[in-house]
Amino acid sequence: MTGAELTVQLLERQGVDIIAGIPGASNLPFYDVLARRKKIRHVLARHEQGAGFMAQGMARVSGRPGVCVTTSGPGVTNILTALADAKLDSVPLICITGQVPRAMMGTDAFQEVDTYGLSIPITKHNFLVRSAEELLTIIPRAFTLAMSGRTGPVLIDIPRDVQDEMVTFTEWPAPGMAEITPLPARHSLERCAQLINKAKRPVICLGGGAARSGAEQAARNLAEKAAMPAAMTLMGLGLMPADHPLSLGMLGMHGARYTNMVLEECDLFLAVGIRFDDRATGKVTEFCPNATIVHVDIDPCELDKIKTSAMSIGGDAKTVLESLVELVEPVSRSEWLDRVNILRRDFAYAFDRIDDPLSSYGLVARTGQMLDDETLITTDVGQHQMRTAQAYPFAYSRQWLTSGGLGTMGFGLPAAIGAALAAPEVRVVCFSGDGSILMNIQEMATAVEENVNVKIVLADNRCLGLVHQIQDMFFHKRHYATEYRVQVDFLAVARGFGMAAVDLGIADDPAAALKQALDGPGPCLIRVPVSALDHVFPMVPSGAANTEMIGGKSHV
Amino acid sequence: MSDSATKNPWTVLELIVNNHPGVMSHICGLFSRRAFNVEGILCFPDECGTTSRILLSVAVDEHLDQILKQLGKLEDVHEMEILPISREMFMESGMAFARKG
Repeated sequence: MTGAELTVQLLERQGVDIIAGIPGASNLPFYDVLARRKKIRHVLARHEQGAGFMAQGMARVSGRPGVCVTTSGPGVTNILTALADAKLDSVPLICITGQVPRAMMGTDAFQEVDTYGLSIPITKHNFLVRSAEELLTIIPRAFTLAMSGRTGPVLIDIPRDVQDEMVTFTEWPAPGMAEITPLPARHSLERCAQLINKAKRPVICLGGGAARSGAEQAARNLAEKAAMPAAMTLMGLGLMPADHPLSLGMLGMHGARYTNMVLEECDLFLAVGIRFDDRATGKVTEFCPNATIVHVDIDPCELDKIKTSAMSIGGDAKTVLESLVELVEPVSRSEWLDRVNILRRDFAYAFDRIDDPLSSYGLVARTGQMLDDETLITTDVGQHQMRTAQAYPFAYSRQWLTSGGLGTMGFGLPAAIGAALAAPEVRVVCFSGDGSILMNIQEMATAVEENVNVKIVLADNRCLGLVHQIQDMFFHKRHYATEYRVQVDFLAVARGFGMAAVDLGIADDPAAALKQALDGPGPCLIRVPVSALDHVFPMVPSGAANTEMIGGKSHV
Repeated sequence: MSDSATKNPWTVLELIVNNHPGVMSHICGLFSRRAFNVEGILCFPDECGTTSRILLSVAVDEHLDQILKQLGKLEDVHEMEILPISREMFMESGMAFARKG
């Protein structure tokens, strides 16, 4: 068979049933095999970055590697952002790129770029396939790498003539599987349990690593048995349900005041699957100043990278937490929990007009009230993202898809399409802003074509809101290059793509219109006009300690 | 390289890596994008032809632990060892090649 035939069949043997991509000169042999075999469903994106984020949406929901395909040259450069995003958020991805024929590589041929060189820093690993025979080892290995340890994106660059090359072999290779992460040493788990037992004011902090490992039940069991309140990073939201009495919500730059105050007072900080990102820690030397830090992570490079810990455990979050549940003593710690409850009562979030679907926070909260816990939530990047993180009542972790590390505007819509493809039985809601939606708005065509159950809730403030806010607060209100002088008619744009659209700003009963739009079939755009002057509060200024929060009323 | 080349102690790392054209990019890219200090690199193929040996002269500073962990994660790096040879020996062997050329 040909290299292209082999590639497609190896993907089928990996259990891949949907791929997102765009064809071009360098991957046409591959596409021709897809057309002939008809086993894998291909979703045609309108831009390669959209294909990359659709694959991410599938991966973030299913936990299995998402697969995306591009041609050489601009196809590759267009998808790089989605790969970098997957790298920073540890999303398992397989990106297959066409390349010019081997003999033309290095000659600046038409649509040639150095895909291998470009992708090194933004993938977990990458391969340039030099012969069709190599596909037999490279494709299973790529899946193994994407799924094992700290998951991540893997790129496979296949020159066009390798796709056409004939190859014979006697036996199919076994599909690539995740390697088992070694168990941490018993004595370090025991020492960690002792530290928890001895602590007077412990806190557990859950991040994306805990979410990826499926640690929510174990985390909840440990928090309850050891009476440890649980903070979450942006990537860990949902690991403790928002309404759980031990949930502290999100820490960091836009966390609630009380959450950061609890961390200031804690004497043990058990960090699980977090990487001490600057948006989470604030000024890192002043983060958790009174705490013994214990760090659990699957990636040894993260241990002691930013914050030196008193002890660290390399391992899978779920496994470690399950062991700790067995080892810790059950306690009530009523004094500490009373203190946490007082701080929560006095310094929780205080959102304006939370019941009004036409307010910037209310549109998130009211939408949340109308949806069930099964609904998947994606966001773009900016004020609406932070408001969703703050105000949406997350019930479980895979419910929440957001671009955390790279902070990519344009993530939300294609990720929502990918999520809907992976979980066609549930509804997907994408919270977006007018700045972000424009960065991948062409994927509205894909959403309509695939008739996915995606609702876009668009907070339209006619500006780049979060940057506008920073100019407002720290650049003497010089709003430069952040206000759009043209008001885009997003309803007309959506309808132009064939998508239903509703404007809550002109609805007689906005709440009823919102409910009707959310409950309708197929994709829909829901526009909510909001004020450019609404800030996301509270906020820690960049570079300041987390205790130096601005804004957000206190209740005392 | 930087001023620290003359102030800090240095050591030599030996890596056994896959022998293919992209490996040097992986190693050098790791050092440059994470701002790790490397002052010299020697690379030559093993006799078998499937692996290569890379010697790196690196500073012994607070980054060394992170360098070792990051190198250990690279798929193309099979083995890694701190060699018991001095920076001077490394420099001399490098210079010897250069003069012969």
